[in-house]
Amino acid sequence: MRAPWLDGAPSREIILLCLLLAALILFPALANDYLITVLILIFYFAYVGQAWNLMMGFAGQLSLGHALYVGLGAYAAAALYVHFGISPWLGLWVSVAVAAGTGGLIGFLAFRFGVAGVYFAILTIAFAEFARLAFDHWSWVGGSAGFFLPVANYAKNDLVNLRGSPTMFYYVLLAMTVGAFLVCHALLRSRAGYYWLAIRESPEAAQALGINLFRYRMYVVVLSAAMTSLGGVVFAFYYNNLFPEQVFHISRSIELILAPIIGGIGTLFGPIIGAFLLTALAEGLDEIMRTAGLDIPGVKQIFYGVCLLVVVMFLPDGVWPPLAKVLQLDGQRGQDQPGC
Amino acid sequence: MPASIFLNVAVSGLLTGLVYGLMALGLSVIFGVVRVVNFAHGEMMTVAMYIAVVLFSAYRLDPLLMLVPIAGVLFALGYVMQAGLINPFINRPEHSQFMLLVAVAMIMVNALLFIFGPDARSVQTAYAYDSFQLGTLIVDATKVYAAVAAAAVAAGLFVFFRYSLTGKAIRACADNYQGALVVGLDVRRLYALTFGLGAACVGAAGAMLVLLLDVTPALGPSYTLLAFVIVITGGLGSMPGALLGGMLIGVTEALAGLLFTPSAKSMFAFGLLVLVLLFRPQGILGKSAS
Repeated sequence: MRAPWLDGAPSREIILLCLLLAALILFPALANDYLITVLILIFYFAYVGQAWNLMMGFAGQLSLGHALYVGLGAYAAAALYVHFGISPWLGLWVSVAVAAGTGGLIGFLAFRFGVAGVYFAILTIAFAEFARLAFDHWSWVGGSAGFFLPVANYAKNDLVNLRGSPTMFYYVLLAMTVGAFLVCHALLRSRAGYYWLAIRESPEAAQALGINLFRYRMYVVVLSAAMTSLGGVVFAFYYNNLFPEQVFHISRSIELILAPIIGGIGTLFGPIIGAFLLTALAEGLDEIMRTAGLDIPGVKQIFYGVCLLVVVMFLPDGVWPPLAKVLQLDGQRGQDQPGC
Repeated sequence: MPASIFLNVAVSGLLTGLVYGLMALGLSVIFGVVRVVNFAHGEMMTVAMYIAVVLFSAYRLDPLLMLVPIAGVLFALGYVMQAGLINPFINRPEHSQFMLLVAVAMIMVNALLFIFGPDARSVQTAYAYDSFQLGTLIVDATKVYAAVAAAAVAAGLFVFFRYSLTGKAIRACADNYQGALVVGLDVRRLYALTFGLGAACVGAAGAMLVLLLDVTPALGPSYTLLAFVIVITGGLGSMPGALLGGMLIGVTEALAGLLFTPSAKSMFAFGLLVLVLLFRPQGILGKSAS
């Protein structure tokens, strides 16, 4: 029997998922540190990709400034920890509140004043750039010289203050990725989820059916911003340093939307598959460059660019939908279901 | 602060803004006709800037004289991009077009980084420190030359669209896509031509901008944003709007740099963008929503 919350998903899918999850839980016991850090990166991109996908893939609102929410989440939790010693588990609520508030502000301005499509995307970039410049000049959080967390002693894991070894971050991020997947899965089958799909497909038709466009667009922006900011909290405590120039930069916003686009916009597995493919390929490329003794800047990004180009040109729906067909994981899915 | 400083800074901002305006004009022309937002705009300009730097350092060719050949090279690049990459995407969803150009932009920036490295490059001409004086007003000769050239290129483009047969055909495509197809215009070729012309504007602007500032590969994305800010402020699709927006942003940034700190000047440009998006989304000279 299937669990009720997975009703509608083929059982074959669930079995494969459970096997994958079990393998990922056991993974750190077998793998070396390098592979663990690669997987941490994959989980991070899968998580923030899922959060972005909620907004773009499900509700059709293209944000090109999601680094803003990562950065706000990261800075809020890190500043509270460094200045007041507040545990990130408390700080993350502030992160969520700040990011959700900012997302709400952008959403309010955009949707209330009818800023849509191209203009909405550019508005999101403008806010992220504004934040980058503002943080560059805000000395309380280090300004452009960067903001640093005291580096932890890796011999001992302190989950309360998120100070510890990569293995601890591995499990934290794995839990977040799985959590985001389950949340999005549940949301898609909720009333709001169906409303979002309707808004994505045709805002006019959705409005004609009595859906409050403004309210449901606001929900999705706030939710996506809040989820993304949690990725930022972990980012801050994992890397221990934050530079506005890097955290808020437009290239970061682009980087974090690559996984869902390559995996498949609007699918639940897309961001995860995309993150796996992209990070694994990029790390492989790094490895080849290292063994060849080459150290040339830009190669990884050229590779990202080519991947993105190939995917948008030849696989407009991403990697997941054709892959699901090959694996026969979409068998029992009706036309009205969002492919997942 | 004496008023003459403000005047000097404002005039200097205005002249730089005219070059920005030419760059933004390219974006506006492309959007107005092809209806595709060129996310690789600033990156194409850095390509032009690097061509100018290489020509100058290798052969001592003055960027102002090389303006036409560089614009020609960028025209070819734009034509090929539209004909080969973007035309198949004309009927795809907006986000798909964005992503295509974002990918092109990523490849361009990092190819420049790969070839030239991250260090800033510049062009030192013999007239770099010349200036003109008009009473208390002192302006850099370089800025005057660049602004005059930008105005000339913009005027040329304006005349082309207004009076030439090809220009009229392009405007017909922009006004009514279906109608243009019906009367037998080769819309795809005209689109490629338009993208080429937009790219040529960027090329010309890049050749002049290299005289005003140092170039690094990382300049690309910030100039793409600047072009968006200008074009949206002036009115997306409006040619005079792009030039006006350019000058407005040029003056705003120059004055913000004087009154606050130069590194924060772009915040004012973004602030202006947000205000325009909220209160006059079609831009200052743009037609209201179509």
